[in-house]
Amino acid sequence: MRLPCPYCGLRDAHEFSYLGDATPKRPDASAPDAADAFHDYVYLRDNPAGPMKELWYHSAGCRRWIVVERDTRTHAVLGATLASGDAA
Amino acid sequence: MSDRYSVFSLIANAFTGQKGWRPAWRDAAPKPSYDVIVIGGGGHGLATAYYLAKEHGIRNVAVLEKGHIGSGNAGRNTTIIRSNYLLPGNEPFYEWSMKLWEGLEQDVNYNSMVSQRGVLNLYHSDAQRDAYARRANSMRLAGADSELLDREQVRAFAPFLNHDDARFPIQGGLLQRRGGTARHDAVVWGYARAADRLGVDIVQNCEVTGFIRENGAVVGVETTRGPVRANKVGLAVAGSTSRLTRHLDMRLPIESHVLTAFVSEGLKPLVPGVVTFGMGHFYVSQSDKGGLVFGGDIDGYNSYAQRGNLPVVEDVCEAGMALLPQIGRVRMLRSWGGIMDMSMDGSPIIDVTPIPGFYLNCGWNYGGFKATPASGWCFAWTLAKDAPHALNAAYRLDRFRTGHVIDEKGVGAQPNLH
Ligand SMILES: Cc1cc2nc3c(=O)[nH]c(=O)nc-3n(C[C@H](O)[C@H](O)[C@H](O)COP(=O)(O)OP(=O)(O)OC[C@H]3O[C@@H](n4cnc5c(N)ncnc54)[C@H](O)[C@@H]3O)c2cc1C
Ligand SMILES: [Zn+2]
Repeated sequence: MRLPCPYCGLRDAHEFSYLGDATPKRPDASAPDAADAFHDYVYLRDNPAGPMKELWYHSAGCRRWIVVERDTRTHAVLGATLASGDAA
Repeated sequence: MSDRYSVFSLIANAFTGQKGWRPAWRDAAPKPSYDVIVIGGGGHGLATAYYLAKEHGIRNVAVLEKGHIGSGNAGRNTTIIRSNYLLPGNEPFYEWSMKLWEGLEQDVNYNSMVSQRGVLNLYHSDAQRDAYARRANSMRLAGADSELLDREQVRAFAPFLNHDDARFPIQGGLLQRRGGTARHDAVVWGYARAADRLGVDIVQNCEVTGFIRENGAVVGVETTRGPVRANKVGLAVAGSTSRLTRHLDMRLPIESHVLTAFVSEGLKPLVPGVVTFGMGHFYVSQSDKGGLVFGGDIDGYNSYAQRGNLPVVEDVCEAGMALLPQIGRVRMLRSWGGIMDMSMDGSPIIDVTPIPGFYLNCGWNYGGFKATPASGWCFAWTLAKDAPHALNAAYRLDRFRTGHVIDEKGVGAQPNLH
């Protein structure tokens, strides 16, 4: 499996570390429902069988976080962007 | 249904041209309704159905399996059984499983080839020794056996290892003599046959595609062979768990990951028990046919593909060479993958759920084969009594909310690290 790093190009997945689903967003800790929201954020996952956006860190490369879209049924990579939202 | 397997039936059939054998279980078609439906014909689903019938007298039960029974992780794992856990929520459960393994063949009248050949976890540092000493004591507190071996005792148990590796010399090991292996397919077939004899319908090629809901409760399932109703529906589909709970809008503390296993060409007897490397992820045993059965880490990213990638193959083989340099000359026959239901704390869930009529058995990570008997036993209890047994009381679904996680490795909510 190779991942298309927006900076470094197509690189072996070995160079990256995996965090997981890129969809959950850190909730507001001061909101009244923060305990529930953090339980969701930390523990609950959609775990989709199909295309999924996920966070990878190019640890043996440019050391940027990237969001890769990948089909979990086939490992086919559908695209990648910088997690910061910057253009490469 | 009276044909028990025994030495007499073996002899009798030898005189009649082996024509007296009957299929080990009926090829059942789904009935319109049951008392209990168990989704998933892996080890856990079949064991659940068996213990529902045997322990609780609930015999109007169906196991619905999308392919053939044992085609999931039950038929793909490296067959290691052990009860060498540390934490109080885990160890009594796994020790109960070990006790059930010890009586399984007599109980279900099927040769599951349970072989208590010993599981040895090596240590290579003082810190690792101390951790294993603690674990060995914790195992004993739960009634399991454990021995802490020093360097010379490991040499005697497994002389073929690379004891004096320059970087990771072997200092000793934690040995559980009652641990070992079992024949995975035979475990599936044995439970299937025993459940069938008690009246359970084992329905193959029957994929569950949705749930029938009434007033919020689950009252049955939609399948590729039509709707089937039930008072209670238990889910035991391992790596496919989230694909099913999605229909119930239930998000779980589960990620699906791929784990790869390997087998070599057949060799003369080399590895007597199960050996795990302490300085890299590698474990090995030898099958009765002579093949070395080994594996290592999960690939580490979400996957439903049932096949892994080359970095893990390389990593496992490197760790294997560090421990057993002689396998560099051995040819590998096959490697294959299975989909693990990795949970957020590395421990399983066997529980009732907030949805009436719906019960959950999942989160087995890479270690659910050894749990098969106790998982079925506890899930049957939970289904029958609408409450967990003391042995699975810690495997609650809400433990992540309340902070009662059971994290053996202490790595936190990061499934790819468990
Ligand atoms: C390579 C590998 C090595 C492993 N090694 C070990 C080991 O050494 N020791 C150990 O303890 N554990 C090990 N495990 C883990 C162990 O195999 C699993 O945790 C355990 O088998 C899971 O329970 P099960 O047998 O019920 O799962 P499965 O056999 O996966 O059963 C689930 C069943 O559900 C069915 N299903 C899925 N979706 C549907 C649907 N919609 N409708 C109907 N049926 C459906 C599947 O077809 C499958 O048959 C290993 C796993 C793998 C992959
Ligand atoms: Zn890069």
